[in-house]
Amino acid sequence: MSEALVASRAPGTDTSVPGVSGARQFWRRLRAQRAALVAAGIVALLVLVALAAPLLTAIEGQDPTTYHPSLIDSARGGVPVGSLGGIGGDHWLGVEPQTGRDLFARLAYGARVSLGVALAATLVQVFIGVVVGVAAALGNRWVDQLLSRATDIIVAMPLMIMSLALLAIVPSSFPRPVLVALVIGLIAWGNIAKIVRAQTLTLKELDYVSAARLSGWGAWRIARRELLPGLAAPVITYSALLVPQNISVEAALSFLGVGVKPPTPSWGQMLTAADVWYQAAPQYLLLPAGALFVTVLALTVLGDGVRTALDPRAASRLRVGTGRRREAMADAGASAGATTADAGAGTVHASSGTVHASSGSADASTGSADASATKEAKA
Amino acid sequence: MSLVEVTDLTVGFGPLSAVDGLSFRLEKGAALGLVGESGSGKSTVASALLGLHRGTGAVVGGAVRVAGTDVQRASDDELRRLRGGKAAMVFQDPLSSLDPYYAVGDQIAEVYRVHVKASRRAARARAVEVLDRVGIPDAARRARSRPHEFSGGMRQRALIAMALACEPDLLIADEPTTALDVTVQAQILDLLHTLREETGMGLLLVTHDVGVAAGSVDEILVMRHGRAVEHGPVASVLGAPGETYTQELLGAVPRVDASRESDGGVSDEVVLEAVELRREFGHGKRQFAAVDDVSLAIHRGETLGIVGESGSGKTTLGRMLVGLLEPTTGAVRYEGRAQSGVSPSVQMVFQDPVSSLNPRRSVGESIADPLRARGERDEGRIRGRVRELLERVGLEAAHYDRYPHEFSGGQRQRVGIARALAAEPRVIVCDEPVSALDVTTQAQVVALLGDLQRELGLALVFVAHDLAVVRQVSDRVAVMRRGRIVEYGPADEVYESPQDPYTKQLLAAVPALDPEVAARRRTARRELTAA
Amino acid sequence: MNGFGGFVLRRAIGTVVTLFAISVIIYLVFYATPGNVAQITCGPRCSPVQVHQVAQQLHLDDPLYVRYWHFLQGIVVGQDYSTGTSVQHCSAPCLGLSYQTDQQVTQLILTKLPVSLSLVFGAMVLWLVLGVGTGVLSAWRRGRLSERMLTGITLAGVATPVFVIGLVLMIVVCGQLQLLPFPQYVDFTDDPEQWAWNLLLPWFSLALIEAAAFARLTRASMLETLAEDHIRTFRAYGVGERSIIGRHALRGAFAPVIALNANNVGSAVGGAVLTETLFGLPGIGQELVHAVNVVDLPVVVGMVLVIGFFVVLANAVADVLYAVADRRVVLV
Repeated sequence: MSEALVASRAPGTDTSVPGVSGARQFWRRLRAQRAALVAAGIVALLVLVALAAPLLTAIEGQDPTTYHPSLIDSARGGVPVGSLGGIGGDHWLGVEPQTGRDLFARLAYGARVSLGVALAATLVQVFIGVVVGVAAALGNRWVDQLLSRATDIIVAMPLMIMSLALLAIVPSSFPRPVLVALVIGLIAWGNIAKIVRAQTLTLKELDYVSAARLSGWGAWRIARRELLPGLAAPVITYSALLVPQNISVEAALSFLGVGVKPPTPSWGQMLTAADVWYQAAPQYLLLPAGALFVTVLALTVLGDGVRTALDPRAASRLRVGTGRRREAMADAGASAGATTADAGAGTVHASSGTVHASSGSADASTGSADASATKEAKA
Repeated sequence: MSLVEVTDLTVGFGPLSAVDGLSFRLEKGAALGLVGESGSGKSTVASALLGLHRGTGAVVGGAVRVAGTDVQRASDDELRRLRGGKAAMVFQDPLSSLDPYYAVGDQIAEVYRVHVKASRRAARARAVEVLDRVGIPDAARRARSRPHEFSGGMRQRALIAMALACEPDLLIADEPTTALDVTVQAQILDLLHTLREETGMGLLLVTHDVGVAAGSVDEILVMRHGRAVEHGPVASVLGAPGETYTQELLGAVPRVDASRESDGGVSDEVVLEAVELRREFGHGKRQFAAVDDVSLAIHRGETLGIVGESGSGKTTLGRMLVGLLEPTTGAVRYEGRAQSGVSPSVQMVFQDPVSSLNPRRSVGESIADPLRARGERDEGRIRGRVRELLERVGLEAAHYDRYPHEFSGGQRQRVGIARALAAEPRVIVCDEPVSALDVTTQAQVVALLGDLQRELGLALVFVAHDLAVVRQVSDRVAVMRRGRIVEYGPADEVYESPQDPYTKQLLAAVPALDPEVAARRRTARRELTAA
Repeated sequence: MNGFGGFVLRRAIGTVVTLFAISVIIYLVFYATPGNVAQITCGPRCSPVQVHQVAQQLHLDDPLYVRYWHFLQGIVVGQDYSTGTSVQHCSAPCLGLSYQTDQQVTQLILTKLPVSLSLVFGAMVLWLVLGVGTGVLSAWRRGRLSERMLTGITLAGVATPVFVIGLVLMIVVCGQLQLLPFPQYVDFTDDPEQWAWNLLLPWFSLALIEAAAFARLTRASMLETLAEDHIRTFRAYGVGERSIIGRHALRGAFAPVIALNANNVGSAVGGAVLTETLFGLPGIGQELVHAVNVVDLPVVVGMVLVIGFFVVLANAVADVLYAVADRRVVLV
């Protein structure tokens, strides 16, 4: 049966490597997932709100920092005046207890902070991760040892704790959102570096890279033309999972009062005092919490969709053992065996590759587990 | 009542029909070989016999009766009793066919307990018994090992032991030796032969290798595109094939006893030379030499075959010859000068048609690489040359802008050859260039290489595990084992009168197309192992 | 087993190196940054005399490696702290002294540790049971409606930050429904029952998000295993679905689950900080947040060191467990 399933595809289509038609195929596969499409729509809307925050608040006629003491009932401990927490034509979503700042404006500007910090942090992580991962994979044994050790140490650092501590000692004059993005980016690049290293090692052994060497091309050109494009899929996939993760971390840090500080609004920070007011002004709790939930959920679903579109094996899990895997394993075994001239090592290498495939689904963790497996296999 | 009765079987996966109206019977104790190239539907038939398509979305039509069970109509419980109990299956890849996390003995015991009411202890004892039966030494201890602690041949033996556990009436073997070395393949086939003689079970052997079938079954059914092409006793199908396709198929199978049609174009001029090459891998205690003190000379216009089993170091040697790997000691000399690194004059054709072309670049661009790397800037001239090469290897000039996934395995191998030619080499090292291809495609690619050699005066190094293919193409042959060359000389001498015991063993293990020859070789193997 | 012993030894050495490297990094980050280190260490309310004393205590005039050496020595053998009038001895393992509260950091951590350990370990049991259970269930029911529902729930779980779950749970369970009192930490040795009741909500807050991650991973690895060839073998031998799922597919998910648990120790510690802060549990996390907010540097550094060491050790243990679970890793 396996044979027939294989035959049903175009001869020898290696679906794990997005081909040229990769971009088009990717869109087609992404579009086929309804949940991912909805998520993409929500994300687009959020980005739009974040970008247009000044415009939207201008239409509303408010800004995120002005206090409105007149809208606060100080006799009742600072509860907003009026029903539903002060919702009305002037304040679309009401005002903040105690300060009377406009909630809609803070929420919209908060989106800027959340998305901006998360994206910036992701860029930093991806940049460092790719540079370190590629260098480790292509460098000599000592470079690899050094960088892999460094990566292990970075992975071992608890992100929240380190950023908490780091944020404590940096002078408050430093622009806070930039600082938060930098701190997250500088601490949490370990897993992406591991994934990139493992992928580069796999790609490096592929015959077409050898063929390019035989053509007479130099190392740079080979890295650029043959290796880097092969990294795009795993890097995009993993980045898509990093963004929601970074949003949560930023929100958590701000919630603890060490991330983005007032008067700059941030969703996490808005929740710091929200539990006290949940009866008098429920939207003060529900809006930022809901915004966080929807954003992280949408980004996670989109990330899943991107992965499925880039790695159809994930999508075809339910199918009973196709011969493709066996072929892939045999190939991997053959190429590993070719370099080590040790059939045993070759096969194990291949099977650890399979472990990777499964766990690439999950997150970071598994990538690292696999990287360590590959490391062992290499050693 | 026959053991297996298949009537008008059809299996479809969506719009694709894998098996299209197949009927055959297998009597008790008889052996049938299902032979076909990839895509012929032969493995699908094997799965259908056990009803493995149930619940997978495949559409199965027709009737299948195995050992008295109507596979199509049977309840899930009846089907489970059939599977493993009355008919047992042995799969191709022995490594992935066993659970890596459990001891081999426990896995066999588990299967045994599904079919036989037995205590855990009794099931374990049964597992040890069958492991011993299939020739696993020290079975009681080895039963506690996990699959990865076994060698490939041992794993396949363990799978056969699992099949034997419940004493089935029918053994279905789906490419049982494809992943194995030729000497191990011979052992496994001999084991199947002996077991069949002793237990009287029926055998359905699915294979792409006519030779494997020839020595092991009584009847052969040749399949193509899901249909039966020819069906009959081995001797008549292989001896006097009635159908054109069978004739073509048999014609394409390389023979280990037919020497190369030499055209006398070989000169004494040495183009490429390996001098005391040695290559080590690993560090410290794990260090070992993949290639150990190998010296070879390749003459202009000749083909040197390098043959060996997995782990023999033949691929490592090939990669050193082209400069992809630096030798630890020793040197590669091209036209008398020591080489370091790659050179346009020595190119390579790779084994795997999937990974040897960058899926993100058009094949034309890949072929153009050596031209561009050489400094050619004129786009028109580059395209012109690439088109020329494409046509030379039997593709179309218009294929320039196509991408690898649009081609079949054989076509990709042609692209790989064109890319090697673009560098205008004098030597091409072919690393298992046809082992991933079907026999008919194999024959075409081999013919193409021969044509190119004659036309361009190329020297070829043909690295392969298949003794027959190597014989077919080589003027001289080197036999490798554990990094060393054990025998080296003109192909006819090496094949006709081998001196080294290992070479003899290899040659005795090659499957033969003629059932009588196959029987003779089996006896020869027994003598060799006895000696 | 020789290979296994060697692996454990190599891993142990690697752990020591990592621990050392982490102490260096932490030292460099906190004590070798530009700015007045002594002032920051001492705290904003210190007098110039006190700052001068702290500067001496930190050997700020010496080269960097000497300073680090003193720092390390202080931890390993202990050291004396002069606080102006009196001298206080801080015995090993001495993580320093808070100049703001005159409290020894080691003592501080020891008093807070039981709370944090109760929280994290209790939650870990919960997330492993809930997560793996849900994962197995959805692999078992694959392709059916119940699986899709479970998948949706776990997805929502993954997407909800710890403090949001915590907030909602607290407001709904304690505020609206009044099923439980607002949590107040009770020591296990005082009253085990109250201990558990009060930790119930924090446990769930911390565990739900992790459980969702485990459910996803378990499901994914089991489905991956189910697609493998050896499963086909057992199907072809009539082995039932129950045994295939419970014995073979689940076994394939072991190693990834252990790996994820190791990797999540770090994030779980972060989650614990949030949970403690949210529920006002007097653990290390809450203390750390407090120290960060008042910039009590010795406390921050001490806690980061301790947490970092715990996480690295947990990772090392998990690596060994992983190797046991997936013996192929070792025997290559």
